[in-house]
Amino acid sequence: MDEQLKATPLCGRHEALTALMAPFGGWNMPIQYEGIIAEHAWCRSKAALFDICHMGEFLFEGNFTAGGLEDVFTFSVTTIPVGRSRYGFLLNEDGGIIDDLIVFRMAADKAMIVVNAATAPKDFAAIKGRLKGGTFTDISTGTGKLDIQGPLSRDVMVAAFGAGIGAIPYFRFVTMNLLGVEAIVSRTGYTGELGYEIFIPADRVGELWDLLLKDERVKPAGLGARDVLRLEVGYSLYGSDIDEATTPLEAGLEGFVDLTKSFVGKEALLRQKEQGVGRRKVAFEVNSRRSPRHHYDLCFSGENVGTVTSGVFSPMLGRGIGLGFVRPDLATVGTPLTIIHERVSMEATVCELPFYRGGSLRS
Amino acid sequence: MSIYFTKEHEWVKVKEGIGAVGISEHAAHELGDITFVELPAMGKAVKQFEVLGAIESVKAASDIYSPVSGKVVKVNEALNDAPEIVNESAEDAGWLAWVEISDEAELKNLMTQEQYDEFLKTV
Repeated sequence: MDEQLKATPLCGRHEALTALMAPFGGWNMPIQYEGIIAEHAWCRSKAALFDICHMGEFLFEGNFTAGGLEDVFTFSVTTIPVGRSRYGFLLNEDGGIIDDLIVFRMAADKAMIVVNAATAPKDFAAIKGRLKGGTFTDISTGTGKLDIQGPLSRDVMVAAFGAGIGAIPYFRFVTMNLLGVEAIVSRTGYTGELGYEIFIPADRVGELWDLLLKDERVKPAGLGARDVLRLEVGYSLYGSDIDEATTPLEAGLEGFVDLTKSFVGKEALLRQKEQGVGRRKVAFEVNSRRSPRHHYDLCFSGENVGTVTSGVFSPMLGRGIGLGFVRPDLATVGTPLTIIHERVSMEATVCELPFYRGGSLRS
Repeated sequence: MSIYFTKEHEWVKVKEGIGAVGISEHAAHELGDITFVELPAMGKAVKQFEVLGAIESVKAASDIYSPVSGKVVKVNEALNDAPEIVNESAEDAGWLAWVEISDEAELKNLMTQEQYDEFLKTV
């Protein structure tokens, strides 16, 4: 095992469950327990528990406007009501995506910023460099995070922690006492199902994991199932679908960019909006069970027109699905694409997102 | 019936000049959940250790190499809709194709069950 890989507080528990472990974003993470397809099905029908302790959490305390936080991201933070969260981007000067993240408005002068694991150090440096005041702290090491996702996750959480949790609407959170310590329970996730992200001090996350797994409606799920689940609902994966060389406009994510406010990268996006993008994100369905994969070529009429950035076999659709980037004129629903890699060739059609619409997300 | 294995983890069971071909339980386990099987075309002429088909799992895509030379005379069409049969029964119901063996002398290039079991300890 790579000496430099970091371990979450739950690593021993994963090994006790004989999980298949692999490096992800610099961490030694569980990829699967009983199997990706079984874990995916459990999340879509019951409640799946994910160890997400690897993700980064930062705390900003101070005046959002005077401290400069308002101008850091592609979205306004001063307009997030306390108790709600908002998704968007941290961009570089060229409009490229340094990271996608969620800001939680904890109080008038307090925000928690949740970022991807692999990008956490560069995110912290970039945000800190843009702040003009307030205090900014990396609380990742002391913060444990579990995601419980699936149509039964509300029932499980209510059974464990009381009826109050059942009332949290989508993209809202509460700060509450769990296991005698202060925790954040947020109605957000990465699966397209009803579910919660729970932030709790790292030294108590093992107890929370054990408690939730005592409920027979809950099973652990690994990053393998998480990747299938997120792709079925069309969520981008940082490092695969979006990166510093990709702008939100190219990635079809302009809905998370507020061009009426100021932020780093805005001028580049305005220029790109005026001149037009050179490539555009598309979603496509394969006409068989064959799976597109990262870096496969996308072709149209025999010409190479782009690249697959994510692909997988969708158990819900019974066919291959994927995301990729193509020439902008081909980014229209119904365009036929051929996906090619070495000896492999498959026919696909550009479609709308999400691929899977049956999730319990907003139920 | 004799069973032989390749270093790429295919097996062939030989009976009356016909070889049933599949992938080993070890290979199926390593691939994880199998989601797609590319079967060879009926009548296709294959050479020993050349591509016969492909198997995809959630994790990976792998070519399948023929353990023997010959002609494909039957394919396991059940795998088109239920490729998970390979996970459930890799060395029996999860067979991929029957090959009419053109040269049984080639079997000496393969491993016996005992040799394969020993081989697995080294991979």
